[in-house]
Amino acid sequence: MGLLDRLGPRRSEPEERPGRPTTAAAEDPVFATKALRKFLSSLTAHESPVLLDLGPVVGSNVSFFGEQLGCKIFVEDIFADIDRHVRGGKLEQLPAFLKQRFPQVTNTVDGILCWDLIDYLDKASAAELANELTRVLRPDGALLGFFGTAQAQVQNYTKYIISDEMTLKHRPYPSARGRQATLLNRDIIRLFSGLRVSDSFLLQNNLREILFRKPA
Amino acid sequence: MWKRDEAVRPASGQPTAPQPPAPSIPGTPGPRPDASQHMEKDIVNIGKSVVIKGELNGSEDLTIEGHVEGTIQLRDHVLTIGPNGRIKAQVFAKSVIVLGEVTGNVTASDKVDIRDNGSVDGDIISPRVAIAEGAHFRGSVDMQRKATPAPSQPKTPQATAQPQGQSSTQGSQQPQPARA
Repeated sequence: MGLLDRLGPRRSEPEERPGRPTTAAAEDPVFATKALRKFLSSLTAHESPVLLDLGPVVGSNVSFFGEQLGCKIFVEDIFADIDRHVRGGKLEQLPAFLKQRFPQVTNTVDGILCWDLIDYLDKASAAELANELTRVLRPDGALLGFFGTAQAQVQNYTKYIISDEMTLKHRPYPSARGRQATLLNRDIIRLFSGLRVSDSFLLQNNLREILFRKPA
Repeated sequence: MWKRDEAVRPASGQPTAPQPPAPSIPGTPGPRPDASQHMEKDIVNIGKSVVIKGELNGSEDLTIEGHVEGTIQLRDHVLTIGPNGRIKAQVFAKSVIVLGEVTGNVTASDKVDIRDNGSVDGDIISPRVAIAEGAHFRGSVDMQRKATPAPSQPKTPQATAQPQGQSSTQGSQQPQPARA
């Protein structure tokens, strides 16, 4: 069975959807993604891949990766950690916190969904996070990161909801502080110096998608 | 300590037999003596003023609105953590529905369902997991490993379940439907 077959449309189970339906779901803007498909391909190369999701938990994403790809998923919502530090006035402790944040053993994670997290971090925090992600990522593992290009201040976080391997729904939600930086490509590459850039895409919505791989 | 959940019972006729008054606990209305004891499916409710520390075993569906610390085992039944429920326990059940707060690992042989405003801090092992918008979850989700029904279950020669934490063997325990 090919990759496309395995990533085909999910079976609908409307009677089992928990909670009330959200009207927001019908209104979420949908954007194309180029790198997700390659990221998924890297995951499916492994048996029972281990996935680390750094964003807020999204039930449909968990089902997608768990049921269709057989992933073991770790949900580590770093956005919530940022908000907690902002509200507690402890932002200076964030780099040290991130250094201790991940319990995963070195070289054990097959894929990391970093989303656009780096854009919301200060330089020191981003460096500590990148070091930790590089540490836990297995050789030949993949990291998917989104990076904004527009200078405009963005005050919201975004939940990225996988519609299929080619499209993502973007669902904004409140953040305690807005986006911090617009990184240049060379800054991003330096940040993840332990990884190599496998693919890079500039989308029409001014989002850069970069797929990193850890050298084997 | 537990009470029969009258809300889920259909209206019944006259009682078939007199019953002695059952003891009631604060915060939980006492059971109504009627013919509902003959219902096929019972649901038990732990009221929000109840605190349990230790091991909780059962063979019927259970709704918890109180506090439980320790271990909960409902091998073939549904465990519902109500909106007021606060659980700090290892949970083993057929299905787990979370509307309150759970701290601890949750293992279900059928499904884990975290509803809106429900919260789970811990690892989930279940073939099906549903997490609603607005739910909180921190931990890992393993939908491939076969859920171990209960840690104290004696193993039979046919049993394929492995002790918790042996993740290195997870790939050999259950066929993966997505890869068929």
